[in-house]
Amino acid sequence: MHFLKLILRNTLRHKLRTSLTVLGIVVAIIAFGLLRTVVDAWYAGAEGSSATRLVTRNAISLAFPLPINYQERIHKIHGVTVISHASWFGGVYITEKNFFPQFAVDAKTYFDLYPEYLIAPAEMKAFIGDRKGCVIGRKVADTYGFKIGDTIPLRGTIYPGAWSLTVRAIYDGAQARTDTSQLFLHWDYLNETLKKASSRRTDWVGVYVIGISDSDRAAEISIEVDKIFKNSLAETLTETEKAFQLGFVAMTEAIVIAIRVVSFVVIFIILAVMANTMAMTARERISEYATLKALGFGPRFLAGLIYGESLAIALAGAVIGILLTFPVADIFSKQVGTLFPVFGITVETIYMQAVAAIAVGVTAAVLPAFRVARVPIAEGLQSIG
Amino acid sequence: MENLSDPIVQIRHLTKAYHRGGQVVPVLTDITFDIPCGEFIALMGPSGSGKSTLLNLIAGIDKPDSGLLKVGGVDIVALSEAELADWRAANVGFIFQFYNLMPVLTAFENVELPLLLTRLARNERRERVELALSMVGLTDRMEHYPSELSGGQQQRVAIARAFIADPVILVADEPTGDLDRVSADEILAMLERLNSEMGKTIIMVTHDPHAAKSAHLIRHLEKGELDVTA
Repeated sequence: MHFLKLILRNTLRHKLRTSLTVLGIVVAIIAFGLLRTVVDAWYAGAEGSSATRLVTRNAISLAFPLPINYQERIHKIHGVTVISHASWFGGVYITEKNFFPQFAVDAKTYFDLYPEYLIAPAEMKAFIGDRKGCVIGRKVADTYGFKIGDTIPLRGTIYPGAWSLTVRAIYDGAQARTDTSQLFLHWDYLNETLKKASSRRTDWVGVYVIGISDSDRAAEISIEVDKIFKNSLAETLTETEKAFQLGFVAMTEAIVIAIRVVSFVVIFIILAVMANTMAMTARERISEYATLKALGFGPRFLAGLIYGESLAIALAGAVIGILLTFPVADIFSKQVGTLFPVFGITVETIYMQAVAAIAVGVTAAVLPAFRVARVPIAEGLQSIG
Repeated sequence: MENLSDPIVQIRHLTKAYHRGGQVVPVLTDITFDIPCGEFIALMGPSGSGKSTLLNLIAGIDKPDSGLLKVGGVDIVALSEAELADWRAANVGFIFQFYNLMPVLTAFENVELPLLLTRLARNERRERVELALSMVGLTDRMEHYPSELSGGQQQRVAIARAFIADPVILVADEPTGDLDRVSADEILAMLERLNSEMGKTIIMVTHDPHAAKSAHLIRHLEKGELDVTA
């Protein structure tokens, strides 16, 4: 009890210094949490992928499409339950800043593959019945204020022209990590429009999404798909949805690594600040520690006081920092709009914030505690704080 | 229990030197003397004479380079740091020139500190602390922090802290050095009472002849040696 009382009172002794150190930790913990959440957001697509979905793309590059007639041939493979396709549309809503992914999909089959997209049956029916209709995610609807029946004007970039889509359905995510920042339109509508323009890009799709009955057969089916189209006009590369998503992440891995490094640099900086605070504190109180030693209190007790104070400051900063991370992340998420499809603080991030704070608290106290434990009493008593 | 006829402190050929930048600076040279049990002794001498160092050695907060030093029959030179800490807690009460109270603890809590190292229950500790503070005339200041007390009052708290655990000896390093004459006399009177009424052996370092008069025995140190002519 006295031990805790001493720690608490020592912690509050220099209120300004303690407050500034706590503030520093709060900022560092928020920054750390935010950066970790950005990294998590980067991997959200891979994390949200299903083990029973495969993605088949052109073996040369994702930039090259695949013929529509591959669909039937893939469907005949044993173990394939559903096959659908998606093509990156890449339209601009008013300005490039308003980014959200848009895919032209096979409306009748695509959503069978994604049970995590929750759509009301009536809205789904309305979408299928309207070739100019579209399905949007809840995040897109909330960000831009779209409602059922609204028209979304898009300026085509890959498929030039002015496209006007009517919102027929809004989907919610079954889980927090489900991406609800997408728009889906009818591939049929896109293809027919291209045909009218006598484009050479008709009857091509971006990727095939394959639903399989047994995730253990993913590798076997992937090989089988690619074998069918070996030496064809457009050879394929089939992989699990997770591998496909991670391929995207790998393209920007340098950025992810940089963010990770910065997140730890932030913690290292606050560790230096904290260590300085604790070193100053211990130096000022060396005479008091020497007195306690003279009275018979052992080095462990004194080290405990320093570790306790350091941890008290670090944990105060951690608690405030973790609590503030939520509103700050919310503001950040709103600012970046649909750039990050899923932007939520995970339990793992909170654990990492807490662990980082504890590590800072413990590490910052190591040298001062060691010094206080070792300082000769007679020398310490002569010290002027 | 030591026999009252035996010296409480036995010092034989004690030497101590400090090492400063590669140089050896002798502080105490071949000190030999005894302090009888229940004595009130003043160690006097000019600055740098080694009196505080000798006090530190007797109190077990520093170690000699050579020689024998027994306190209460215990060869404290042979004790490990941990054993020495336990020995100090049980046998030595400290009174410092600048009081050395914990500023974040009240007078009550400061006095209670040495008792935290004992097995006394909370109620017993409270009774003892209240008694000790009443003995130094600070019953009404128990909940005050050191910064709310005068120098004399702080030193009285320090004295209560020094004798609360019923140690064998009390060591006082310039206990009146930071006090005005009136407060100093109060402190000296208190030390005399602790010696005469409670039988505490008191070893006091001072260079104030007025303070030294309170002691029954005075030893002079000069350049690290006992001045037998004084």
